[in-house]
Amino acid sequence: MNTTFPATAEPTAQKPWVNRRASVQSALTPLLLAIAITVPLVLFTGLAGPLGAYLAFVLSYVFTSFVTGLRQDKVRGINQMMSTLVTVGFVTAFIPWMSILFTVFSRGAGAFYSGYFTNDMATTAADDALNLGGLSHAIVGSAVILGVSSLISIPFGIITAIYITEVRGRLSGLVRVMVQSMSGVPSIVAGLFVFAIMVSGKSFSALAGSVALAILMLPTVARTSEEVLKLVPDELRTSAYALGATQTGTVFRIVLPTARSGLITASMLGIARVAGETAPLILTSFYSANFSRDLTGQSIASLPMYVYQNFSTGTDIALTRAWGGASVLLGIIFLLFVSARVFGRSQKR
Amino acid sequence: MENFEAETMMDSFTDPGQSDLQARSIDEGKIGMNGLQTKGIHVWFNKHHVLADVSLDFPANSVTGLIGPSGCGKSTYLRILNRMHEFIPGAGMAGEVFLDGEEIYGPKIDATSMRLKVGMVFQKPNPFPAMNIGENVLAGLKLANIKVKDKDSLLEECLTRAGLWKEVKDRLKTSGASLSGGQQQRLCIARALAVKPKVLLMDEPCSALDPGSTLKIEETIVQLSSDMTIVIVTHNMQQAARVSDYCAFFLSDGGPGGVVESDRTSVIFSSPSDTRTADYVQGRFG
Repeated sequence: MNTTFPATAEPTAQKPWVNRRASVQSALTPLLLAIAITVPLVLFTGLAGPLGAYLAFVLSYVFTSFVTGLRQDKVRGINQMMSTLVTVGFVTAFIPWMSILFTVFSRGAGAFYSGYFTNDMATTAADDALNLGGLSHAIVGSAVILGVSSLISIPFGIITAIYITEVRGRLSGLVRVMVQSMSGVPSIVAGLFVFAIMVSGKSFSALAGSVALAILMLPTVARTSEEVLKLVPDELRTSAYALGATQTGTVFRIVLPTARSGLITASMLGIARVAGETAPLILTSFYSANFSRDLTGQSIASLPMYVYQNFSTGTDIALTRAWGGASVLLGIIFLLFVSARVFGRSQKR
Repeated sequence: MENFEAETMMDSFTDPGQSDLQARSIDEGKIGMNGLQTKGIHVWFNKHHVLADVSLDFPANSVTGLIGPSGCGKSTYLRILNRMHEFIPGAGMAGEVFLDGEEIYGPKIDATSMRLKVGMVFQKPNPFPAMNIGENVLAGLKLANIKVKDKDSLLEECLTRAGLWKEVKDRLKTSGASLSGGQQQRLCIARALAVKPKVLLMDEPCSALDPGSTLKIEETIVQLSSDMTIVIVTHNMQQAARVSDYCAFFLSDGGPGGVVESDRTSVIFSSPSDTRTADYVQGRFG
C-alpha cells in the first residue's frame, strides 16, 4: 500500500467557486432584457417621463429576472425575482435620500468661502454678499446646546435602561411605558414646557434649549440602550455573580463594558434625533447673530435656527446661506456617526 | 419508590465496612475545612417540586460526581450549593447547606461574599468579552474589590493550575474569544481559581469540548482536588469514573428528583446496591 504521489507544484489559493464570466452574464441578461422591454414601453405607451420610465424598468426588470431564472427551474426563478425585488426596493428607497443630500450640498455650496466657519453674523445681514459673515456662532451654539443636553440625557437614559433591564425593580414596567410614551411627545410641547418654567419672565438661554432637547433625547437613548443591554448574554451576569460579584460590580464592570459600542450608538442616535430640532429652540434658546458661549442670560444661535432665520429672510442670498447651514448640519451629524463607529470599535482586540 | 431516599441517604459516602464510625464523624461536622454538607434539600420552581430530600456530604478535598439522566435536578442541586438558585424567579427551597460547618443560608450570611468561597464553572465557556485573557483571570478580584499585591504571580499561578499558562503566557493581552473552546473553559477555571475558593462547582464543564480538551480539564480537576473540594455534574460515565472519589446517582421517576444511591465511585461502578444505579452506570437506560 505504499502509494507514492508524483511531486506536484506548491498549490496556490484559488476560488474555484467564482466564475466571473457566468456571473456577469447571468447578472447582465435580465438587466439588458429589461432595458429592451422598457424602451418600447416608454415610447409607445402612456408611461412617459422619468417616473414612468423608472416604473416600467422596475417592473420589467423583476419580470425578466424571473423568466431568465425559469430557464433553470422554478425555484431559481423565484429566487432571482425576489433578490431583484429587494435590490430595486433598496435603490428606490435610496434615491430620494441621495437626492436630498445632493440638493442640500449643491444649493449650499455657494455659501462656503474661506471665512464661513470662522465668522459670525454680528455685522452681516442675511442678504449681504456671500463672502461676508459665517456660521461659527451657530456651530458653537449648537455644540453648547447639544453638549449640555447630552450631559443630561445620556447618563439618565443609560441609568433608566439599567433600571429596566438590570435592576428590574417593581416600577420597571411603568418606567418602560413612560419612556415609550415620552418618545411620542411632540417637540413643540417640550419647547413650550421649558418655555413656561425656564424662559417666561426671564430670558432665552442655551440652558433652556439644552433642557428641551434633553427631554426629547432621553427616550431615544433609554430605549436604544435597553435593547442593547438585553443583548448582553445572561451567562455573563450569571458567571459574574458566581465569582462573588455584587449587582453593582456586575453591571458596571461586566454588562456595560460588554455593551459599550452599542451604548455609544444609542447616544449617537439620541444626538442625531435632536441635532436638527428647530421648534423647541424657537421657544427656548431662540437665535442670536452674535457669537456666544454663555449658558444663561441671553439667546444663542444654533445651526437649525441659523437655517430657519436665513430661510425666513427669503432673498436668494439668504436662501443660499440657509442651504449652507443645512449642509454643515448634515456634515456634522455624518461626522458624529463615523467617529462613533471608529471610537466604538477601537476597543475590540 | 418513595423511601429509597430515606434508606440510602443517611449514610452517604460512607465506607460500607465502617459506616457507623464514618457517619458519626460526619455528623460532628468533621468533614474537614473546605467540606460541604447538605441536609434534606428540597427545591421548588413555583409550585413544581423538582428535588426532594437530598442529603449529601462532600468531604474536604474530594471530587464528587453527580450523575443521572437529564431533568433529574443535578444542576439545580448544584446551584443550591452556591446560592445561584435564588436568582431564578419563583424559586423556593427547604433544607440546610453547611460550608465549614456554617449554614450558608443563615440570616447573617452575605450571599455575595459566600460565593467567593464556592466557585463555579459552567457548561458553556463564557469568558468576559470586554476583557483580555489576563483581565478575565483577575476579573473576580476586580468584581469583589479584593486587593492583591502581586497580580502577575497570581495570574501565572491560576493559569498554571488550570493548565493554560504555557499556551497563553505570550498573549495575555489578547481577547479571550480568540482561544479555542477548550482553552476558554480552562480560562474560566482559572478565573474561578483567582478568588481562592474552597469549593469548586462544575456543571458539565466538558460537554461542549473535544476529547483532548476534556482530558486536560480532567487532569486539572484531579490536581485541584489536592486542596479544594470539587463537585462535578457530568453525563459522561467514564469521566465520572476517572475523576471522582464519590458519586451520587440522581433520578426522577416523574415526580421530584432525588438521590438513589451515593457512595465511593468504585462502589457505584462495581457493586451498586440499587439495580437502577447498576442499569444507569452500565448504560442500560438513561
